[in-house]
Amino acid sequence: MAEKNNGVSSNTTATQPLWLLAEITYQCPLQCAFCYNPTDFDKHTQNELDTDAWIKVLRQSRDLGAAQLGISGGEPLLRKDIEEIVTEASSLGYYSNLITSGAGMNEKRIDALKDGGLDHIQLSMHDITEEINNFITNTKTFKLKQKIAAMIKDRGYPMVLNVVLHRYNIDHIKEILEMAEGLGADYIELANTQYYGWSLVNRDQLMPKKEQVLHAEKVTNEFRERIGNKMKIFFVVPDYYDDRPKKCMNGWGEVFMIVTANGDVLPCHSARVIPNLEFPNVKNTDVKQIWYDSPAFNKFRGDDWMKEPCRSCSEKENDLGGCRCQALLLSGDAESADPVCSKSPHRHLIDEAIKNTENPGVEAKPIMFRSNKNSKKISDGEEKERLAKFHATP
Amino acid sequence: MTIDHKDIYKIAPHHRFQWEKAQDCYVILFPEGMVKLNGGAGEVLKLVDGENPVSAIVAELNKKFPDTPGLENDITGMIEMALEKAWVEKVN
Repeated sequence: MAEKNNGVSSNTTATQPLWLLAEITYQCPLQCAFCYNPTDFDKHTQNELDTDAWIKVLRQSRDLGAAQLGISGGEPLLRKDIEEIVTEASSLGYYSNLITSGAGMNEKRIDALKDGGLDHIQLSMHDITEEINNFITNTKTFKLKQKIAAMIKDRGYPMVLNVVLHRYNIDHIKEILEMAEGLGADYIELANTQYYGWSLVNRDQLMPKKEQVLHAEKVTNEFRERIGNKMKIFFVVPDYYDDRPKKCMNGWGEVFMIVTANGDVLPCHSARVIPNLEFPNVKNTDVKQIWYDSPAFNKFRGDDWMKEPCRSCSEKENDLGGCRCQALLLSGDAESADPVCSKSPHRHLIDEAIKNTENPGVEAKPIMFRSNKNSKKISDGEEKERLAKFHATP
Repeated sequence: MTIDHKDIYKIAPHHRFQWEKAQDCYVILFPEGMVKLNGGAGEVLKLVDGENPVSAIVAELNKKFPDTPGLENDITGMIEMALEKAWVEKVN
């Protein structure tokens, strides 16, 4: 990740989009209740970039220093041109990663991707039980994932599993780790749900209790100790249970860039929730100009934008005020401190969410799955009441 | 783990070592990670190719940087660190 050069602190001229995430389509056969994609993705499913446009994005970004490429979605394999895009990425020198649910993968495609130079595949897994897998994704995909995992291993790719943790699977952590070991995983990312997009809408149902998180962390540490370097385990801690925010994206416009299905370029996954920010599009602006000169990418670079309590905080360099989207979603002001911080005047919003996890009544409410139909409803403003509970009104 | 002069190492599977023009340095790339290597570390790993024994790497770099004292310890220290991080593995 971005390192400070000889102690000189980073500035806008030193930033480079070393990590490029291509959210190549918002279409997905799965309907995961925790998906971070925008709830109104339905609005952005038209005008997807074509193959040539993606190749142009890859070339321009590589010139700026992008080296790690994630090809994600939605489900990227719904596009027929992933093989072509991967081949180009490989010839440009990217370390490329296909981030997939497994849907759309088959023997022919996995071989073509290997021939094209794909470096690794990150497969999402959900649980050791078919029941929870199928429930949380709202699809019958359990057996598919087991099959694709075996296929990844068989073809000699590094096996990277990603498991999003929530209250329905977090208590199965030991069994999930054992499953990963059994499948021969090289890496497993245990990502506690972060609450944006669909997961924020479903926060009451998804958020685990504090003791569940502590237990999961303990079991993970014990497992890590036993297994050592054989399987690398990343445990992404849930920021709600911390009292300082995470340094989101390692800083706005520092090292990370996302190009979405329709060509909008974002500094983080959910930046589009921030009002009055116009995100540039690769269809009419080149990536260099977007990264260095666009108002959107400069908006929260460094710390000039900060208000109190961040501005005079002695720890501001550690977290750069946390996540701008979380600040906006919960407080209504994208320039405020991330409410996770105990110094934030909005910390009570997090504490209320935590308290709510003790309330057994929450599970009576139905989960809202990530489907085109539900997205359309949200775009059309039909679910305002449900959203208002979580989203601050600016 | 101690590094012997006869040892031969290579870049570990699933890892890639390459020059990055935009960053003006060598990097190691692997799933979910990228590490920038400073000048010296890059020079060492460039020679870790599955064929050169450590003694050859030391000789090569001593020839290239004749005025640098303590090069041998720096080189074995670097390989030891890379081994610990699982960026390289032993061939022989």
